This record gives sequence, C-alpha cells and structure tokens, in this order.
Amino acid sequence: MIEPTRKNAWRSFLLLAALLVALPFLVDAGLGRAWVRVLDFTLLYILLALGLNIVVGYAGLLDLGYIAFYAVGAYLYALLASPHFGLHLPFWMLLPIGAATAAAFGVMLGTPTLRLRGDYLAIVTLGFGEIIRIFLNNLNAPINITNGPQGVNMIDPIQIGGLLFDKTHTLFGVTFSAAHQYSYLFLLLTLTVIFVCLRLQDSRIGRAWVAIREDEVAAEAMGINTRNLKLLAFAMGATFGGVAGGLFAGFQGFISPESFNLMESILIVCMIVLGGMGNIPGVILGAVLLTVLPEALRYLGDAQRALLGHVVVDPADLRMLLFGIALIVVMLYRPAGLLPSRRRQRELVAEAGVAEQEQASVYDAQR
Amino acid sequence: MDILTQQLINGLVLGSVYALVALGYTMVYGILELINFAHGEITMMGAMVALAVIGALVGAGVDLPGVVIALFGLLAAIPVCMALGFAIERVAYRPLRHAPRLAPLITAIGMSIVLQNVAMLIWGRQYISFPPILPQGRHQLLGATITDVQIAILCTSVILMAALVTLVKRTRLGRAMRATAQAPQIAGLMGVNVNTIISLTFVLGSALAAVAGFMVSAYYGLAHYYMGFMLGLKAFSAAVLGGIGNLAGAMLGGLLLGVIESLGAGYIGDLTGGFLGSHYQDVFAFFVLILVLVLRPSGLLGERVVERA
Amino acid sequence: MKSSRRLALAALVAAVGLIGCGQQDAGNTAGEGIVQIGSVAPLTGPQAHLGKDNDNGAQLAVDEINAAGLKLGGKPLRLQLVSEDDQADPRTATIIAQKLVDGGVAGVIGHLNSGATIPASKIYHDAGIPQISPSATAIAYTAQGFKTAFRVMTNDEQQGKALGQYAVAKLGAKQIAIIDDRTAYGQGLADEFEKAAKAAGAEIVAHEFTSDRSTDFLAILTSIKAKHPQLLFYGGMDAQAGPMAKQMQQLGLNVQLLGGDGVETAEFVKLAGTDAEGVVASSPGLPLASMPGGTAFKEKFTARYGQIQTYAPYAYDAVYVMVEAMRRADSAEPGNYLAELPKTDYQGVTGHIRFDAKGDVAGGSVTLYQAKSGTWQVLETVH
Repeated sequence: MIEPTRKNAWRSFLLLAALLVALPFLVDAGLGRAWVRVLDFTLLYILLALGLNIVVGYAGLLDLGYIAFYAVGAYLYALLASPHFGLHLPFWMLLPIGAATAAAFGVMLGTPTLRLRGDYLAIVTLGFGEIIRIFLNNLNAPINITNGPQGVNMIDPIQIGGLLFDKTHTLFGVTFSAAHQYSYLFLLLTLTVIFVCLRLQDSRIGRAWVAIREDEVAAEAMGINTRNLKLLAFAMGATFGGVAGGLFAGFQGFISPESFNLMESILIVCMIVLGGMGNIPGVILGAVLLTVLPEALRYLGDAQRALLGHVVVDPADLRMLLFGIALIVVMLYRPAGLLPSRRRQRELVAEAGVAEQEQASVYDAQR
Repeated sequence: MDILTQQLINGLVLGSVYALVALGYTMVYGILELINFAHGEITMMGAMVALAVIGALVGAGVDLPGVVIALFGLLAAIPVCMALGFAIERVAYRPLRHAPRLAPLITAIGMSIVLQNVAMLIWGRQYISFPPILPQGRHQLLGATITDVQIAILCTSVILMAALVTLVKRTRLGRAMRATAQAPQIAGLMGVNVNTIISLTFVLGSALAAVAGFMVSAYYGLAHYYMGFMLGLKAFSAAVLGGIGNLAGAMLGGLLLGVIESLGAGYIGDLTGGFLGSHYQDVFAFFVLILVLVLRPSGLLGERVVERA
Repeated sequence: MKSSRRLALAALVAAVGLIGCGQQDAGNTAGEGIVQIGSVAPLTGPQAHLGKDNDNGAQLAVDEINAAGLKLGGKPLRLQLVSEDDQADPRTATIIAQKLVDGGVAGVIGHLNSGATIPASKIYHDAGIPQISPSATAIAYTAQGFKTAFRVMTNDEQQGKALGQYAVAKLGAKQIAIIDDRTAYGQGLADEFEKAAKAAGAEIVAHEFTSDRSTDFLAILTSIKAKHPQLLFYGGMDAQAGPMAKQMQQLGLNVQLLGGDGVETAEFVKLAGTDAEGVVASSPGLPLASMPGGTAFKEKFTARYGQIQTYAPYAYDAVYVMVEAMRRADSAEPGNYLAELPKTDYQGVTGHIRFDAKGDVAGGSVTLYQAKSGTWQVLETVH
C-alpha cells in the first residue's frame, strides 16, 4: 500500500470530488433521467440513514419510528411554503425551522423513553411514529391544519437566492434539469452531514454514545450523563430527519401522510443494519442498495426478454419477492452488515472462536 | 341494547385473537430474545391455506355440515404453518443465533416480505371470501348481541391458552422450554436438546398462529395476502404490553389491547365532545401502551428489567 | 468462504449491471412503428388487485386497437403498453413518471390513487405528456391548472353530491351516519357526501372513522347504533364495506348502507355474501349493459382476465380517448395530439366522455345500483 502522503490524499480527494460533480450526468447518460431522480431519492435516504445511524448505530437505541421526524420536517416545509396557509417563507428560514422542530420532537420522544431498553424502546418509538402519522392524517378537522389524507399540494420548490430549482437552467452550455439541480443540493447537504457524522464519531460525544451502547451502567459509572447524551442522540438524529423531510417536500411539491408509514421506518432500519451499523460507508452503501435495488428489479421483465426471448413471470410479481430474498441472503452471509464498523468486526472476530466452541458444545451435543 | 357490554364483547373477541397471535411472539422471544416479525405472515398463511381447502371442498360440492368442512380447512392449515415455522427458524434464524442482535430482525422482515409475495403468487391479489358455511346464530347476553362464531372464538382461545400453559408449566417438554429460555447453555449441559426445543417452540407458536388466522378469516369472512402485517403488529404490541417473554402477559396484553381499541373507538368521540374521533383509536391504544411502558418499563407482567444484549 | 462471499457479491453487482443494460437495449428497439403508452397502478401491496385490474383494462383496449390496425400520418403503427408498478406510493410514482417520460411514452393511463397521481402529474405536465387517470378522484388533481391532466372518472365532488342528494331525496334519510376510511379517496368522498346531505336537509348524527387496513368495525358500528341513524354512508373500498355489511347484521343494525364506486364491485357482493342484499352504491357514468359495446367489453374482459374488479372499464375507455385524440391529430406526438384531447367527444363503455375546462368529465352522470340476489342491479342514473 502507498503511504498516505499529503499529495496522494489531495489527488484522491480531487478525483472523488470530480466524480461526485459528474455523477448526475453520468447517471443521466448511462441510465436515463429517471435514474437521476432515483439518485435524488437515494441521497435523501442516505441523509435519513445517517441520521438514524446516530440513534441506532452510535447510541444503540433501536428506533422504529424514525420516519416521524422526516414527516415533521416535510409537513413544516409544506405548511410554511404553500398556498395551504398562503405562507411562502424562504428556503433559508424553512430549513432551520424544520430542523429545530424535528429536534424538539426528538427530545419529546426521548424524554419519556429514557428508561426503556431494547425491544420495549422499539415498540414505543414505533407507536410514536404511528401517532404522528395518524395526527397528520386527521388534523383537517375541526381546524384544518394538515389538510388530512388529501395532503398538501403546490408546495413551493426550493429556491436559493434567485435560483429556482424547479426550472431548467443552462450554464456554460450545459443544461441542468430540476432533477440535476436537486441532486447537487442534496449531494452538498449529504456531504455536510457525512462530515458532521465523521467528526462526531471520534469526538467526546461519539465515544460516550458508544459507551452507552456497549454498557449503559458502566457508562454512567464512568461519569457519562447518559440522560443528556441519549436525548442529544435523539435530537441529532431527528434534526437530520427533519432536514431530509423539508428537502423531500420541496422536491416533490406534494406530500400526503401515506409517504410516512411504518414500512418506511423499517426500510431505513434495514438500510443501516444491512450496510453495517455504526459505520458511515456501510450505512451509505445500505441506503444506496435498498433504494436502487427495487428500481433495478423493475427491469426483470426486460432482462427476461433479453435472455429468454419472452417474459416468463410477470416482473411485478417477482420484484418484491427478490427484494425479500436479498435481505435474507445478505444477512445470512454478512450478519454484521456489508461493511461492518471496525470495532464491531473486532468484537465479532474475537468472539467468533469462543462462540463457535460454545455452539458446538451446546447446540450440537446431541446430533 | 347495552352499549358498554357490547363494546366489551367486541373487544374481548378481538383481544382473544390478538392474544393467540401474541403467544407466538412471546414464546419465541422468551427463548431467543428475537422478534419474529414473520409471525404475522404465518397467521396469514394459516388463513389462506384454510380458505383454499374450504373453498375446494365447497366447490367440489362435498356434502358435509359446514362446521366439519371448516374443521378440515383448519386441520390442513395447522401442519402447513407448523412446517413453515420450522423452516423459517432453520433458514433465517438459526444461522444467525450468534450474530449481532439486529441481523435476525432484518431476516425476519425479509422473510415476511417473501411470505407475502409467495402468497400473492399462489392465491392472487384478490381478497378471498370465506364461504357462508358456519352457523350464523345470534344470542342476547346482558342486553348485547353475541354470535355463534364469537362464542366459538372465545372458547377456542381460552382452551388453547389453558392447554399451552399446562404444557409449559406441567410437562417435561415445558420444563425443557423454560430451562432453555433461562439459560440455553446450561440447559444444553443438563441434557436438553436446545435446538429441538427451539424448533418445537416455533412449531407450537405457528400452530397457534394457524388457528388464529383461521379464526380471523372465519370471523371477518375474508383473507388477503396482506392481512398478516397489521395483525402481527397489533399482536406484537399486545405481547410487549403484557411483558414480552411472559405467557400470561401475552394473554392479558392481547385481551387488554382488544378492549382498549374497542372502548377507544367507541367512546373517544363522546368523551372529547367530538374533538377527537374514532380515527384516533390507534393513537389511544399506543398512548396506553406508552404510558404502561413508561410506568412499568418491562410490561405489565414482565419480570426482567435488565437487558440481555 | 470469504472468496465465495465476494463472488456472490460480484455476481449480484454484475446482475444489477446486466439488468441495467437490458433496459438500454429495450429502449433502443422501441424505435419505428411503435407508440408506447404508459400504464401505472399499484401492482404489489394491498391494492394490487385493483391495480392489475386497471392494467388489464388498458391492455385489452391496446390489443383491440392493434388488432383493428392503427394508422397515423399515413404510417401503420402498433401500440405498446408499458406497465409499471407505483406501489400506490407517491415517491415511487414520481420515479415511474420520470421513467416513462424518459422512455418516450406518448401518453400515460394512470395512476390509480390520487396520492400517487398528483405528484406524478407535475412531471407529466413539465414534459408535456398527456395523462388520463381512470380512477383518481381527488379534486386537487385537476385543480392544479395542468393542461395535461385528465380523468375519465367523476371526481369526489360530483359523485359525493349525487350520493348525498340521492340519500336524502330518494332514500328518505333524515338522520345519517358516516364512516370514512381516512384515505384521500374515502375522506374526500365522505366530506362531499356530508356537504350535500346537509344541504339537502339531513342531520349527520355520527361521523366515525376506520382505516383501509381494518376488518373490525364492531366498535364504531356499536356506537353508531346508539345514535339511531336511518342510513349509513361508507366512504371507502369494498374490502372494508364487505365485512362492514356483515357486522351491521351481526349487531342488528338494520339501516340502509350506501357507498360509492369503491363499494359497487363484484368483490363486495362476494365478501358480504347474503348481507349484501339491499345495499346501494354508485358508480360514475352509465351502466355497462346499457352502453353500446358495454356487454361485449364485459364478455371479452371476463373471458381473458376473469371478473372485472372496479376500474378496468375506465382504463379501457381512457386508452380509447387517448387514441381517438391521436387519430384526430393524425399524430402520436404529445405536442400534436394534446390539443385534441379537450375536444374529446367519445362514446365509451362507461358513458359519454367529454372534458370540461379543468380536464374533469363534463356533466359526469352517476348511476346508482342496488345489490339484489348476488348482483348489482341498476336503480337509476342521476345527472
């Protein structure tokens, strides 16, 4: 391996930057405009997965209602920037308001659940997510706040300075469609969040979270304020969720409660577990795979046609089946995720010998 | 008609179904500390298989009393679900017994997606209706109405739960199960075949799920490949409410959840002067759940407070 | 072990890549002589049976048109239906919409749900591609001012109004209870029904709620029973209305059950069994049997796909409306035939289809049916 000199680091950094800048155009050229949209959603899911990773991966608190914060961010944006209330706040105000409100909801969820652990926490967070969704779905009467199941339409597209993201722009002879422009904005925010996560990981706070995850009692004994740190984890995770929600609302132009159901929460948990909990590259990989895979599986029909000449099985019938099988197979072969964090890997490797021995002596004794 | 009595009957019948499904969750959790997310789908499979058999028998014009035909359906569904439960444990959970905690959760979710889609491939996307072969008798009880099917569901649930408790508390097999739940390694050393016990737990839970699925489809008159999701979710909540891992807790939790939902849907509107209506039924149920867990973090009858990671 | 895992991963990546390439090839072969029309509906998930029904309806129309031969601009053309699954999910719907736009479809039949139709309509609008929804009923869909958005189904307002007036004037209900399933469809319809019923002088004694996943309505039906209504209106789908009708009988709640097009289905009669007897429900347009070609459509459809679920005839008509516009413009180019769509004057199997300025069905007659001995029988058509 080459020694990581300053020059090499710069070179790879520039290479990566160039790749990221070119990414939307590469996707467009290679796969089509629809895939730029898939890229946009993938970036949103990376934001969400990174946010949830703070709660689940770092602090070890299983949260099955994470989509609620996404919903809060999205609805706040929608209500403050649409004809529904006739409000049209600018983007630079919407984003912080959404983030702050989501953080407040995070603390609201965190406070009563501080004593709960493991699966009890899971079910309470799940309930919390459902409660938020049900309120969003029903708060159209007696006072119409959320417009109920009809959702909020005609949401203002994101606008920064004079740049309206919704319109196609041409710069230096290159045409940027709405999907392209959004992908750059999302990319920028994702990179910011990745940076924050990286810095958090090895900070005092990050290490305190890991301590809580590994052994809460010991962590408390070491003088860690577990209450505040758990609340901080919920609030930080919720903030990212809220930001992603705001971006989603501006991008889609229409939101309704059905986008924020329990399956979405579960999907995000799947992303981080599949990719490798607590490990940023792993989480990103998980998010990418689980957003791209269901879309890629749409081409099953074309693939069948190409390979066999005709469609044998209706692709719509097979798509979700293969998705489920993929979840199982990946977990069976990589139980710690596709890219596990180094710490976790060490734990597993160190324990593997012991565990195998135990298993051999206990479970296979009577075979 | 007495409204309160009627709501209680509605709630108890619904609750006894939840309780049966919840038992499956709680048994598996008690032994493996694993949320078997696919359990709801096993319930669905039970309903689908039973309906397929019943439909075939009715379609073939078999001249038997309706109850007997229904029983044939049930008897076909139970072994299928048992085999399914056994297979799921072998394929998706056993290899991950020493993996990080959340890994089996993901395989469980994957399994549940797979089962749903397999059911969709086999039985199609339509709702399947339960033929009208069961007695439709109605009885008056304390000013409320109760049907034959409701009585049958209540009785079956009570009998099955009593049988399960006896099995776990009184038999050799039950003792082995309890030993495995407490300390699998030690139980293994004491001559308990841990793998067999775990398989048996899945098989037993799946049999209960088959019965529950059959009862749900008979009660509401339909089955659909997507029905397991909500049912499983409710039953899982019930198991947690009662204290997951605890058999009596699952039953209590199931019945309570059923009654809470019924009373919630029936009375929220009147209690809040129309401000909140029956659309907040689930909010009400989850709120009670959260309140119970905040006050008693390990559920109503749960004993273990310490987390075993 | 390790290398085999890597191999498996590599295979997975390769497979995904291959599938991606397959798409490119398919895109290229669709060159001359083929006009692609998108058909979008949920093909997986809880509403998959309705989605497949729409898709089948559209496919039948496409096959018929191909068999009869289509000639535009002097060139013989073949229609090809591109079926996509939006899972009734608004996010997936926009991806699919973009995918269809990229794929160069000439028009889109879909989507099924309002929640998916609305966000997708923006993408079709931006691309200038006409969209005809066979089943989205939310008022908001055509209220956006998009010149590309049409529907061949009456909207919530049209149908809710007809139902509300009918309940009071014809069924003589003075005290009415309402249940809606809190979906965009159910709630929209129930609200419009409530407005119309109130305007006609009825009193709403109870408004209860359920969800589109529920099967147990005993609790809300019990509390409705205590309010002694003369009629119960349900805004929602057959899968809920079926067990609901059963449970009404079970509780001895013997009042008239009234529903919209989500209830007027064969599925409802199957699910409710004998308890379906006497239930009244509406469906937009005119009765299939009274339409020229209606019976023939039904026979062809059932022979090929089995029973009609709900919206297949509307999807079938939507394809014809689109192709007729193409014929008048003598072009399958969206830019050319879009201007012809508002001038539509087509005799379809669901009724006489003309569009108003917003893209809604003009006039929008609604037919009421009653379930009698296992089938829906026409009561009357209101305009």
